[in-house]
Amino acid sequence: MPRIVVDVMLKPEILDPQGKAIAGALPRLGFTSFEAVRQGKRFELFVDGEVTDEILAQAREAAETLLSNPVIEDVVNVEVVAD
Amino acid sequence: MSLEATKEFNIDTVENAAATPKVELPWAELGLKDNEFAEIVKILGRRPTAAELAMYSVMWSEHCSYKSTKNHLRQFGQKVTPEMKKDLMVGMGENAGVTNLGDGWAVTFKIESHNSPSFVEPHQGAATGIGGIVRDIISMGARPIAVMDPLRFGAIDHPDSQRVVHGVVSGIGSYGNSLGLPNIGGETVFDPIYQGNPLVNALAVGALRHEDLRLANASGVGNKVVLFGARTGGDGIGGASVLASESFDDTKPSKRPAVQVGDPFAEKVLIECCLELFKASLVEGIQDLGAAGISCATSELAANGDGGMNVELTSVLLRDPTLTPGEILMSESQERMMAVVTPDNVKAFEAVMDKYAVEYSWLGEVTDDNRLTITWNGEVIVDVDPSTVAVDGPEYDRPYARPQWQDALQADTFKASNAGKNLPASGDEIKAAVLELIASPNMCDKSWITRQYDRYVGGNTALSSPDDAGVVRIDEETGLGVAIATDANGRYTYLDPYLGAQLALAESYRNVATSGAIPIAVSDCLNYGSPEDPDVMWQLAEGIRGLSDACQVLGVPVTGGNVSLYNQTGTTAIHPTPVVATLGKLDDVARRTPSGWREDADGQAIYLIGKTFDELDGSEFANLRGHLGGLPPKVDLEVEKELGEILINASRDGMIDAAHDLSEGGLAAALSEMVLRYGVGARVALDDIKKRDGLDSFTTLFSESQSRAVVAVPRSEEVRFNDMTSARGVTVARLGIVDAQSKSLEVQGEFTVSVEDLREAHEGTMVKYFG
Amino acid sequence: MSTELPLIGDYSTPTTQLSGARIGVVTFPGTLDDRDAARAVRAAGAEAVSLWHADTDLQDVDAVVIPGGFSYGDYLRAGAISRFAPMMDKIVDAANSEAKLPVLGICNGFQILTESHLLPGSMIKNDHLKFLCRDQLLRVENNQTAWTNGYEAGQEITIVLKNQDGQYVADEKTLDMLEAENRVAFSYVGWNPNGSRRSIAGISNEAGNVVGLMPHPEHAIEAGFGPDHRGTDGLTFFTSVLTHLVGGKK
Repeated sequence: MPRIVVDVMLKPEILDPQGKAIAGALPRLGFTSFEAVRQGKRFELFVDGEVTDEILAQAREAAETLLSNPVIEDVVNVEVVAD
Repeated sequence: MSLEATKEFNIDTVENAAATPKVELPWAELGLKDNEFAEIVKILGRRPTAAELAMYSVMWSEHCSYKSTKNHLRQFGQKVTPEMKKDLMVGMGENAGVTNLGDGWAVTFKIESHNSPSFVEPHQGAATGIGGIVRDIISMGARPIAVMDPLRFGAIDHPDSQRVVHGVVSGIGSYGNSLGLPNIGGETVFDPIYQGNPLVNALAVGALRHEDLRLANASGVGNKVVLFGARTGGDGIGGASVLASESFDDTKPSKRPAVQVGDPFAEKVLIECCLELFKASLVEGIQDLGAAGISCATSELAANGDGGMNVELTSVLLRDPTLTPGEILMSESQERMMAVVTPDNVKAFEAVMDKYAVEYSWLGEVTDDNRLTITWNGEVIVDVDPSTVAVDGPEYDRPYARPQWQDALQADTFKASNAGKNLPASGDEIKAAVLELIASPNMCDKSWITRQYDRYVGGNTALSSPDDAGVVRIDEETGLGVAIATDANGRYTYLDPYLGAQLALAESYRNVATSGAIPIAVSDCLNYGSPEDPDVMWQLAEGIRGLSDACQVLGVPVTGGNVSLYNQTGTTAIHPTPVVATLGKLDDVARRTPSGWREDADGQAIYLIGKTFDELDGSEFANLRGHLGGLPPKVDLEVEKELGEILINASRDGMIDAAHDLSEGGLAAALSEMVLRYGVGARVALDDIKKRDGLDSFTTLFSESQSRAVVAVPRSEEVRFNDMTSARGVTVARLGIVDAQSKSLEVQGEFTVSVEDLREAHEGTMVKYFG
Repeated sequence: MSTELPLIGDYSTPTTQLSGARIGVVTFPGTLDDRDAARAVRAAGAEAVSLWHADTDLQDVDAVVIPGGFSYGDYLRAGAISRFAPMMDKIVDAANSEAKLPVLGICNGFQILTESHLLPGSMIKNDHLKFLCRDQLLRVENNQTAWTNGYEAGQEITIVLKNQDGQYVADEKTLDMLEAENRVAFSYVGWNPNGSRRSIAGISNEAGNVVGLMPHPEHAIEAGFGPDHRGTDGLTFFTSVLTHLVGGKK
């Protein structure tokens, strides 16, 4: 079944407490190469049948209106993944 | 000539400002009026630099300067008697007031608004509201011990209320729960008047030993100034993005977020870290960073100190390296504190920071020149007298007048209106009205909200919602603790702004006394519309006058609080909503009185203290019928005080096992809630009251007359209780008894309703709307 | 401002410390219920010893409580970052050693124990997705552990439940194993408040020295401040471990 993957991230200028806490833990475990971490959300929308342009457009709209909070988040990726 | 001519990355130095007097500055966009800008120029003797403009504009905003209300707020100070000051250790003007509790203990508490951010982004807005008020408490040297949150939303069935209610409740929950602070109460009101402007007020209370008291001042020349906690980002300066015109680098983010995101974990670490600093006496003065961020912290610390302060702004640790000096000064990034540390303590201070993995940076030091000087890579970008920024801001005597519509509003009484026709009269009709009342949005069970909050953490919560007041223990050895209740009634205050503010105080005072605590201090959050509207300004002036008069009669000082203005949608202001929090002292919280009776109170006598009048205007019942007019209930504050003394004495001497104040929904609501508290029934009769007060059954049950409470008195204490009340000349009536077997509330000769039916009505509403 | 001592109150150390036991209470950044856990330890008659997550010295404690809270904000997964604390290495070693150090993980502490693999399974978000605070009825399924020996088997107790990520999950094989080996220590009675598999509220390791549960016994140890402002059903956790230690040391 084809899936539409939607990735949502906090806007770059918004504080990401989650990413900050993880970034703090990494060096303690010896992972010292990473300057910063930002945590996002991945959604998978399953489509029964072919993903038409119209369905993809709907997914984009859903991503902008429901899956993300436009006040603090950006939709950074909407893509079709066929299995 | 404009700023653009300077081209360089924003560095508008004092020298440059003196040399380029004609530069046009975006003062209007920053919210300054022309007279205010002229005043700044006069103070400085030159145009301000961009950084100075940033500081003055935020510090002279209504929110930070109280410019429209200062002249009225002075009444709180003027009406304080020496007697009221006796236990006051720190009064209004500091981060939060501090009251002596005895035994070397003190308590600090404050209520604040976070209304507008909570409408824009309900979850983060409400969360950072808790964060901000808790930092106010820490900065007094206290350990925060509890939070409360009075909330006012739009109509319960409005689609947008879903977004706001879910967001606000989850925001308060996630932030407060992560801090380990029990949420012990608050209130939740639904009214369409708050649809576009919900009120999210947050209260925090903290306890401290006298020696731990800290103030926000920078003293001692050569002492170091340190900023610690979260890094500084572009949070909360969305509206001030005009300052980006300081710099003309096109690659920097053009839009700064108006939304501040809270990091409760960082705040919890900050709390523990600060408490360790206090314990080791490593800080001389401390200030939290809230509204106006570094602008506020530096100018207030310097203004309250005995010298000046010098700060190098490039030392501030940034989350966003593109921020300009003005933006850094205005940023409202959360979870930051600023402290003053003696050079001797620097190493020890750093050790505490390292232990908690808290980031810090040394910004500068205390000087003796009475100036606040801020440099950017050594170049002076701010050189001001800190008092002119933080203390001596503009002050307005806004015009106000009693609105022309006020008389007509007050003449429109409920019983004379169409809505007041065909009031319930038969037993069945009254029973239906009781069920409708306790299921209504304002009176229904709010445990859908409170169960999302941790009320147990700390192990000191002795009472919490739905009891009349939240009670927390402070000293485990002695049981010393405090009770707090918050109250307001926007409808009463709309009908009569003076009386309404007094009624808010009376109710919270009564709620605290009902728990058995002696009221000792008040904090207020004055939520009003635009002060530029003379109608609103009149409501505000009347409210402050009413509240300050009432505080004087009741003998409780206002120790701090907050004014929130411009709460309106278009030109429609919210109902004037002065939320009043009263704090009371309990020598031993084990003696506190819960607001309902348990199984083992079976057979105890139920008394109503106080007289009932025909007072239905502005009531919950009138509200259910869609009517708002007439005059709110009257309040005799001397009688209120007398009732308080009776409740406190009776509680202390073990004469009462349960007590509940009468307020919204009157006797009908009080009896229902007392039965529902532990699911134990009662049998009561209204005949004596009806005859004594000359009322019908409906009015007896639904009137909202003040200064009343229902109490449960053990049989063995009835004689003592009656002796005490008659000796004090207080009106009481024996209503009936607690009946554990009946599983119902019976109002004799009127109706009987099962505990089950009451529960179903009471508990179904929130679940129905919010899941 | 004076700083006189309170006039009322007993400032002497309790003298009835059963077996003179020392029980460690671990504090991580973001731990919330450490003071409550220490109070519960004292109420049971033992000495509470503060253990800091970054230290490596167990200070010769006889047992350890890992209290609730939101360590590291629960930001990655509940307990995921704390599990790597130096103090946790020591605790895991001691729990698995010959001496079988008794360890109790409450709420976030339980989550840390599963992340540390001292206990099987994991916790995910409550099925209703909300933080829930309530007085919770539990059944004691196994009273043979270090922390439950004072209860009757099948006894119903009320303690406080308060969490966001309280739904216990494990694969079917693990769940079958836990039941077969009598390692379900507590189950929820009546409504399952978070969707936990098989209504499991708490479990133990094979030896019975490590117990983890989501609800909070340390909030039900003092009349007036516990469930319904009355309950003290949680105190038995802390007296149980003292009984266990006395027996174990003989």
